[in-house]
Amino acid sequence: MNTNTNRVLACIDGSSLTEAVCDYAAWIAQRVEAPLKLLHTINHHPEAAPISDLSGNIGLGSQEHLLEELISVEQQRSKLLLQQGKLILNAAKDRVMQAGIADPITNQRHGSLVESLIALEDDIRVLVIGLRGKVHENQPDKIGAKLESIIRSLHKPILVVNDAFKAPQRIMIAYDGSKAAEKAVDMVATSLLYKGLTCHLVCVSKDDNAGTVLEIAANKLSHIDGIELIVKKLKGKADQVLCEYQASHDIDLIVMGAFSHTRIHDLLLGSFTAKMLTHTQKPVLLLR
Amino acid sequence: MLFLSKKQDWIGNIRGDVLAGLVVALALIPEAIAFSIIAGVDPKVGLYASFCIAVITALVGGRPGMISAATGAMALLMVTLVNDHGLQYLLAATLLTGVLQIIAGYLKLGSLMSFVSRSVVTGFVNALAILIFMAQLPELTHVSWHVYAMTAGGLAIIYLFPYLPLLGKTLPSPLVCIVALTCIAIYWHLDIRTVGDMGKLPDTLPIFLWPEVPLTFETLQIIFPYSAGLAVVGLLESLMTATIVDDLTDTSSDKNRECKGQGLANIGAGLLGGMAGCAMIGQSIINIKSGGRGRLSTLIAGTFLLVMVVFLDDWISRIPMAALVAVMIMVSIGTFSWNSIVNLKEHPLSTNVVMVATVIVVVWTHNLAYGVFVGVLLASLFFANKIGHFMYVESDLDEESNTRTYHVVGQVFFNSADKLAAAFDFKEAVEKVVIDLHRAHFWDISSVTALDKVVIKFRREGAEVELIGLNEASSTIVDRFGIHDKPEEIEKIMGGH
Repeated sequence: MNTNTNRVLACIDGSSLTEAVCDYAAWIAQRVEAPLKLLHTINHHPEAAPISDLSGNIGLGSQEHLLEELISVEQQRSKLLLQQGKLILNAAKDRVMQAGIADPITNQRHGSLVESLIALEDDIRVLVIGLRGKVHENQPDKIGAKLESIIRSLHKPILVVNDAFKAPQRIMIAYDGSKAAEKAVDMVATSLLYKGLTCHLVCVSKDDNAGTVLEIAANKLSHIDGIELIVKKLKGKADQVLCEYQASHDIDLIVMGAFSHTRIHDLLLGSFTAKMLTHTQKPVLLLR
Repeated sequence: MLFLSKKQDWIGNIRGDVLAGLVVALALIPEAIAFSIIAGVDPKVGLYASFCIAVITALVGGRPGMISAATGAMALLMVTLVNDHGLQYLLAATLLTGVLQIIAGYLKLGSLMSFVSRSVVTGFVNALAILIFMAQLPELTHVSWHVYAMTAGGLAIIYLFPYLPLLGKTLPSPLVCIVALTCIAIYWHLDIRTVGDMGKLPDTLPIFLWPEVPLTFETLQIIFPYSAGLAVVGLLESLMTATIVDDLTDTSSDKNRECKGQGLANIGAGLLGGMAGCAMIGQSIINIKSGGRGRLSTLIAGTFLLVMVVFLDDWISRIPMAALVAVMIMVSIGTFSWNSIVNLKEHPLSTNVVMVATVIVVVWTHNLAYGVFVGVLLASLFFANKIGHFMYVESDLDEESNTRTYHVVGQVFFNSADKLAAAFDFKEAVEKVVIDLHRAHFWDISSVTALDKVVIKFRREGAEVELIGLNEASSTIVDRFGIHDKPEEIEKIMGGH
């Protein structure tokens, strides 16, 4: 992997998870020796009107006046948002610098987060983002409004952070034999990030056929130096079993494939990824 | 594609959209009635049309927050059709208009708007404002002083009421004007014309009607010229309005989808007994000003208009025409581009000529399409004339070999071809003439013909003629050389000049 052009990108919005996002991003950036970029987007809401004058009349130069008025209102609002964003970015910058990152890059963009991330995608090595942003800050049973569309529209690893930082010691690969899971195994095998960690390769299935594919995957990992491998085959409902396993073995980070089904499939049957994101207490690294 | 819309366009701004929709609906009623009267049909034709067009464009239009309904620009084009052939032919023409607009949408003719220059747009808007004002004049001639007093009072209410503290910004002043003038007229039993005198108002919801016209070639011959004009004017005004809304809200819109949406809306209007319509500049500005942004605002405007009209038809028929005239004068003033008058002094003469010519032709013919045609034509001629200046020929003489070399530099096309021919000195007796075209661009066949003539003339005078760089110069003749849209390709053709 080329390390220098691709950055660890942390998305911050000033919500309660921002600090954890910074910490995890700093941790990854240090381990994989990649530069760190902090991104804050200013979301405009053109669908909502900033002024409402119900007088309902128009006179000479109404159009010009209205345009002038709208421009100045929006200018003031944007300036304020820009300043707030700067403050959030500076706080985050200080935090990651204390964590040992030499010169983090800060970036502020207009537009929705999804839009910005798609524009920046080529530059991303790993994306670090909070499970929920400002909108759902105090609703622990909800995942962020934009999270699913972000995960679906990017093709880069995404670390979803949901709790305060704790340097991961034990990771779990949720393995189901899918392409994304295969990719997860390959990545764990090759990336610097996982050196020195204990890796639980866990497969939950209803039948016994999964055993052979699991063995192949285990072989890939077993000869890697610095990774202590534990292979486990479990039965039951995948999301519940995995969460229980995570809790009982004190796993700090879950690696799994994400949203391999279409939106329609997920709409009808519910998305496994969404369930995992809601129920697990630990950060999840998603691979597409 | 046509029925897809973003969730935010419907629920992103519910409060603002509902309030703005109500304000717009109240202003749409007098407009729809007034434009029906211009077209010479019952007010219900305009009201049904406004309902139908507003609702359909809310669903399928390309510009959320824009208001479309029965309009003056369209009404003016229908006058003779209604006069000569009656309402049923108008409905058939409305259907055909819709079909033509949908075809235009699929042919992506919306992008042709780029040929309509800024000054033509300004001329269009000003002409429209003048026409709306002129259409009010019949209501103001040969009437008692009451009408003048009422109209003046109405205008005063419209423009001064918003300055009242508290109430001013919460009640639409056109509504206050209409209610106040109606109360005055009823209280004093004034003998002035009311909306009820102008024709039938809707008393039921609109019903599906197939126009009762013979399905023959003659019918098509009658309605096609009208439909074509209506389609063009409707799309022009709609796309101009969409641009205005784009600018005001700092968002973009899908112009080709808007063409299709307007077409569907007109088909719907034709089938429900309404006249053709399009986007309205004045109402769209009112909508944005009132805080409307989404599709919901247009939907609310249309449905509320119909509900009001059907349930309050008794009251609406008692509204004095003077109140309507006041509202329409407001719309006319609000539509007029005041800046264009202020800027007359600063803008170059050619721009002003285009703008004024557009206005004059429209006011003369009562047809906005002719005005735009003349405006676009004039703007193109002025442009060609300007570019034609960017051509010169210089020469030097090599006395030893008695050779004159001409260097042609710049743009050669129909406008500058004669200038090219005149730049050579045929009287000079030389043995050899070299014409260097490296730095020239030939844009059309006229330029090649002119060059041919020059060569022939020199040969007749007994000179040998050599052309250099003809291939480079004529590489711009080819149609669609826009396929070289890469910068380096363009640089290859245009570079070094």
